[in-house]
Amino acid sequence: MIPAAFDYTVPGSLDEAIDALRDGGEDAKLLAGGHSLVPLMKLRLAAPTLLVDLRRVPGLHGIERQNGSWRIGAMTRHAELQDRHDDLGVVAHAAAGIADQQVRNRGTIGGSLAHGDSASDLPTILLTLEGTVTAMGPDGAREIAAADLFQDYLTTSLDPLEIITEVRMPAMDGWGHGYQKFTRRAEDWAMVGVAAVVRKNDDGTVAEARIGLTNMGSTPLRATAAEEALVGQPLTAEAIAAAAGHAADGTNPPADRNASEDYKRHLACVLTGRALREAAGLA
Amino acid sequence: MTAIDDRAAAAPHRGQSLRRKEDPRLITGRASYTDDLNITGQLHAAIVRSPEAHAKIVSIDTSAALERDDVVAVYTGEDMADLLGPLPMAWVPPGVDVQNPPHWPLARGTVKHVGDPVAIVLSEDRGAAIDGAEDVFVEYEPLPVCMDIETALEDGAALTHPEIGTNKCHEWSLGGGDIEAGFAAADVIVERRVVNHRVSGAPIEPRGVLADYRAGALTLHTSTQVPHFVRLFAALILGINEEKIRVIAPEVGGGFGAKLQVTGEEMLCSWASRKSGRPVKWIETRSEHMAVCHHGRDQVATVRLGATKDGRLTAIHSKILADMGAYLMLLTPAVPSLGAFVMSGVYDIPAVQTDITTVFTNKCATDAIRGAGRPEATHMIEVCMDQLADELGMDRLELRRKNFIPKDDFPHETALGIVYDSGNYEGALDLLMEKLDLPALEAEKAELAAKGIRRGIGYSTYTEICGLAPSRITGPEGFGLQTGLWESAIVRVTVTGNVVVYTGTSPHGQGHETTMAQIVADKLGVDPAQVEIMHGDTGTGAMGLGTYGSRTTAVGTEAVARAADKVVEKARSIVSHLLEAAPEDIEVHDGKFSVKGSPDKGLALAEVSGVAHVQPEKMPQGMEPGLEETSFYDPENFVFPFGAHACIVDVEEDTGKVKVVRYVAIDDCGPAINPMVIDGQVHGGIAQAIGQALYEHVMYDDTGQLVTGTFVDYALPTAAELPSFETDRTETPSPVNSLGVKGIGEAGTIAATPAVVNAVIDALKPLGVTYMNMPLGPEAVWTAIQEAGQ
Repeated sequence: MIPAAFDYTVPGSLDEAIDALRDGGEDAKLLAGGHSLVPLMKLRLAAPTLLVDLRRVPGLHGIERQNGSWRIGAMTRHAELQDRHDDLGVVAHAAAGIADQQVRNRGTIGGSLAHGDSASDLPTILLTLEGTVTAMGPDGAREIAAADLFQDYLTTSLDPLEIITEVRMPAMDGWGHGYQKFTRRAEDWAMVGVAAVVRKNDDGTVAEARIGLTNMGSTPLRATAAEEALVGQPLTAEAIAAAAGHAADGTNPPADRNASEDYKRHLACVLTGRALREAAGLA
Repeated sequence: MTAIDDRAAAAPHRGQSLRRKEDPRLITGRASYTDDLNITGQLHAAIVRSPEAHAKIVSIDTSAALERDDVVAVYTGEDMADLLGPLPMAWVPPGVDVQNPPHWPLARGTVKHVGDPVAIVLSEDRGAAIDGAEDVFVEYEPLPVCMDIETALEDGAALTHPEIGTNKCHEWSLGGGDIEAGFAAADVIVERRVVNHRVSGAPIEPRGVLADYRAGALTLHTSTQVPHFVRLFAALILGINEEKIRVIAPEVGGGFGAKLQVTGEEMLCSWASRKSGRPVKWIETRSEHMAVCHHGRDQVATVRLGATKDGRLTAIHSKILADMGAYLMLLTPAVPSLGAFVMSGVYDIPAVQTDITTVFTNKCATDAIRGAGRPEATHMIEVCMDQLADELGMDRLELRRKNFIPKDDFPHETALGIVYDSGNYEGALDLLMEKLDLPALEAEKAELAAKGIRRGIGYSTYTEICGLAPSRITGPEGFGLQTGLWESAIVRVTVTGNVVVYTGTSPHGQGHETTMAQIVADKLGVDPAQVEIMHGDTGTGAMGLGTYGSRTTAVGTEAVARAADKVVEKARSIVSHLLEAAPEDIEVHDGKFSVKGSPDKGLALAEVSGVAHVQPEKMPQGMEPGLEETSFYDPENFVFPFGAHACIVDVEEDTGKVKVVRYVAIDDCGPAINPMVIDGQVHGGIAQAIGQALYEHVMYDDTGQLVTGTFVDYALPTAAELPSFETDRTETPSPVNSLGVKGIGEAGTIAATPAVVNAVIDALKPLGVTYMNMPLGPEAVWTAIQEAGQ
């Protein structure tokens, strides 16, 4: 497969990249890892006129702890996240399950979040951890909360001239976590995925629970009914099962050839139970 | 010297897992596939394909494409009026009327499925050709589509070919024994609807063509399994003398039947090269491959299997509805019939009947994909054997053993009049059970069930019919294939004593460069490294019919062996003359042609060849110089590999997800030439069958749009989905050929789907699930569990 003709530029700074986007017009696209965009171009489902490659823009790499959060450069590859279970927790866990190793070696966190595919794993993680992205545009930088970033299918609140520069994931010290991704084949997108993070009170009851759903709607979702059902409960298998039964409440998941709506709702409940048991250390 | 040492000295390479001679170039990326070839001055082709499943072509506007600087030419079906005929279909069963609507390289007037080619765009640059194709504007008037074979023959169904007046393509039956009496004698009859859904061959190298017509001759490089067929039909369709056409299959990156075809693209590019005066190259994209390279299977059968209450089989009847797709390609309508020949499987069944009805739909054509009819038949039999065992309340292996054709009853003529060459079905099953450790597997069941995991074990005991040949059975007056199915080979000893073998077969990954070399090396007393196997080129000598139907070892290698035997005979005559010994006293031993009892006294092949080429005056009076022989071989019978497979699955009760945790395969393809190569074939075959059973499914929606157009949607399993296969062999020689060998390329695919499905049903029996059809994706399994629980 050969994409339609396009121009290509490799800016050396963020300002140059923003200028290139502006000059390129509405069909200019940013290229990060290319593992969402390039397949679409090969199939000619996307035909950008200009690719602005971010690989030489300084400052978009690295993973650092800052003020209770992890600052992850937007061009950080999934492969750089996947082995850091000890400090990145559920972020590493989810990154390790993205597609296959070749994709993880190229795909980037910023690219995945900007693509905004609700079947992808990292948008769900960002939403579940209540992280933020920093976007740089012609008028400077702004921070966008996960809940505000994902708007609809493959649609984010990023302005066309904005570039995600970094991602902030709260460190979640002391929280238990789990991510359960259900696929037909190891390399597939999630049929449904569920992230769960849980913080307990000293008495062992749940102080706070957050549950995020992958591929259960046009954006990543929070299973708020299940979260609420857990708060104040002891983190037992019974309480988890009761809460997990609410995981799909209010969702309207897109059916596809692998899974009907009903089956996806069912999977969301099953996987929420598994993710919570994982978070609780009961798995 | 012991007898074993003697054998090893006489055949030191046969039976050894020699590393494959072809692998260094394949593994290091040094192999040349069609896309690696370029000819100065070549044009790149892109093909404009129909987005509609069924439509009248109202108009084709090529002006915008032609206005592009980089587009050299655009041709449509109207430009190709000089073809002498449509694309071939090579099956004319005597006395059977087969509807065969014309199928052209570019559509004429109507399109019949998504991807049907409408125009070809030629450009200096491949990307520009694709851009040009996007600038060809075709106006379509959509027509009603026929997408479901089970309703296609009802009154009022949309017609794929309105001019025929029905969607029925043909009917064909094969029976033996008294089927009514068989069912009358049955105490128990099970009847099941058995679906063998549509799959893709999906070789990792898609198809590709580089056609070069110049000075009245055509050189056609094509990624094919059948270069000689392609040459023959290119001659007939394009009106070029056969001797002016050379078809070359370069390195071919997998075929699986998908390249057992004479394709529209081959004819189209050859025609376009002649028309444009430039070489024309076309490389298929994966999306094209999924949409337009023929698919396989797609049968819905109603299978009835009868037995007495003590488990003696009395009759089997399969009524098969088979989806042809929109056109008949080389063997499309014949494929379901191939299964009919083994519809009684490994069992002694007195009455066997298969009735096939084939149907046109607005989908890509089906044709042979690895196994071609036999996987479907084996699936029908082996799934129904488990169903029958349950109905009888009998152990499924006991039922099988009770009905096995006993090992002392070979050759065995079945109720259909087919003669199975050799077999030892109990032996294969015994070895399987030894490897399986059933008690340990059973012991884990309860523990797993407590965790919501249901373990199941499924079996498949199978035989298949392969080594396609013999012409007297398969040919025009027999089964109806319009060709003989012999093979030929040339064995040429070079002046320096190395050996070049020309085979008419066309291997594409199987390893015949190694296995043929092992056979020839042993016969001629040389090292396999000194034996080069040339194949896949109609210009190099040996004629042949290609590689498919697990025929290359049983037919092609036998031809090679026979040619090598002739060389040995000539060499013995020369040596006996030189050493003044009787020819019958000359043997090949330890790399030398030596006098029996005097191993020191002898000549190496190089010395013999030196005489034959350099000093022919030293040869016996009147003997022709040189050391080269040809053999044509047409076997007396098919060969019938067999075996016993077991699949162990763990099924998640709460999601329906199936995991294959072990797969144990015992196969018998006669005495092994190279066990590692056999294992490789079995591994790939099983992987493909697990793919069909659990993952792969070519799907169209109701409007005829292809849903599974990429590897994202068409779920080819990867190593991550598959267990490490456990394989072993029994070795029962075939009396059909001198090597005693049977084919093994398709056996895994033929055997494995019912083992997987039976395992899943076995796993879910405690939950009330009694029967399921493929593919067993998680939602289908979960739904079956839910329905059984209600």
